[in-house]
Amino acid sequence: MSLRSPVGKALGQGSAKDGVSHWWLQRVTAVALVPLTLWFVFALLGRPSFEHQPVLSWIGEGWTPVGLVLLVLVLCYHSALGVQTVLEDYVHAKPVKIAALLASTFLHALLAVAGTYAVLKIAFQGL
Amino acid sequence: MAEFRLPLNSRVNRNGKVHKAPADAADVRRFQIYRFDPDAGANPRLDSFEVDMAACGPMVLDALIKIKNEIDSSLTFRRSCREGICGSCAMNIDGTNTLACTKACADVKGDVKIYPLPHMPVVKDLVPDLTQFYAQYASVKPWLQSRTPAPPDRERLQTPEEQEKIDRPSACILCACCSTSCPSYWWNGDRYLGPAALLAAYRWIIDSRDEATGERLDALEDPFKLYRCHTIMNCTEACPKDLNPAKAIAEIKIMMAERQH
Repeated sequence: MSLRSPVGKALGQGSAKDGVSHWWLQRVTAVALVPLTLWFVFALLGRPSFEHQPVLSWIGEGWTPVGLVLLVLVLCYHSALGVQTVLEDYVHAKPVKIAALLASTFLHALLAVAGTYAVLKIAFQGL
Repeated sequence: MAEFRLPLNSRVNRNGKVHKAPADAADVRRFQIYRFDPDAGANPRLDSFEVDMAACGPMVLDALIKIKNEIDSSLTFRRSCREGICGSCAMNIDGTNTLACTKACADVKGDVKIYPLPHMPVVKDLVPDLTQFYAQYASVKPWLQSRTPAPPDRERLQTPEEQEKIDRPSACILCACCSTSCPSYWWNGDRYLGPAALLAAYRWIIDSRDEATGERLDALEDPFKLYRCHTIMNCTEACPKDLNPAKAIAEIKIMMAERQH
């Protein structure tokens, strides 16, 4: 129950002066994922063998690790932005919302670092 | 979480009162109408009304008026102009938000199911509480803001091209069909302005005579007020005036990005 006026409620806390960069980065990462995903799928399908050792050596050769690290980072960032939007859409209880947003951010950071580390480890082992 | 199910006291009882058609009816059509009386203390229910279409006008509003006049005078709904310009008789007919006065009964297959606009508090039967909707419209300052004084001897001039830009968005009748069809508005209607208010904001943002474009964009630059729109496009689908709120919102987002780059 509140006796605040309807327009007062609609104006709320005003504009956060934010949201453009989130919207823009969601699109930039989406555009970047088109060539990265296509390259990843076709490069992998084009391998003569899916055995452990040949795939490991593919990950380490030439520009492959560069592409893979880019893919991991862009994918994690794009996913973090998207999951944040979904949580803000549907999770309304404040403590749950904050916990979920923190968990999502940390999990995506963990995935990004772990993925990058894995690719680099494989790549540098071959040197 | 967002509430996906209605609270217990809002669940609709599907077995409401049944009003049979008179024996001499020539062309019987069944209308299933959502009924809710806040004073009765009971859950909402779905009443059935059999109407003789041979003695009824073609539109859903004609049938509603006939039911109110001849079968159940307690049936409550808003209506005024009966020609699609006042926006009063917006309701959910056959699963789509539209105006009862411009929706032909013949365009509905099977029983005609009529509910109030979705996800709004119901005042009674088909009458939703639109207080928040109107307040959100008022919050975007839907009037001309200009520093340049108006010419003393004539109107502020626009080229025909400049007028063309605001011509369609100005045709909005604020019936609320769009906003109440938008899932983002359902889940976050307290913070997301909704397609109708954003279309009104857009109408003033692109008005060549308005000089508050920057302030208007500033006021909308918000993760919830504007960016809860996920281009679902139910708004454009629902609009009984064939306007395009989804495109207007997309244009606002483009202007937001453009002024940063």
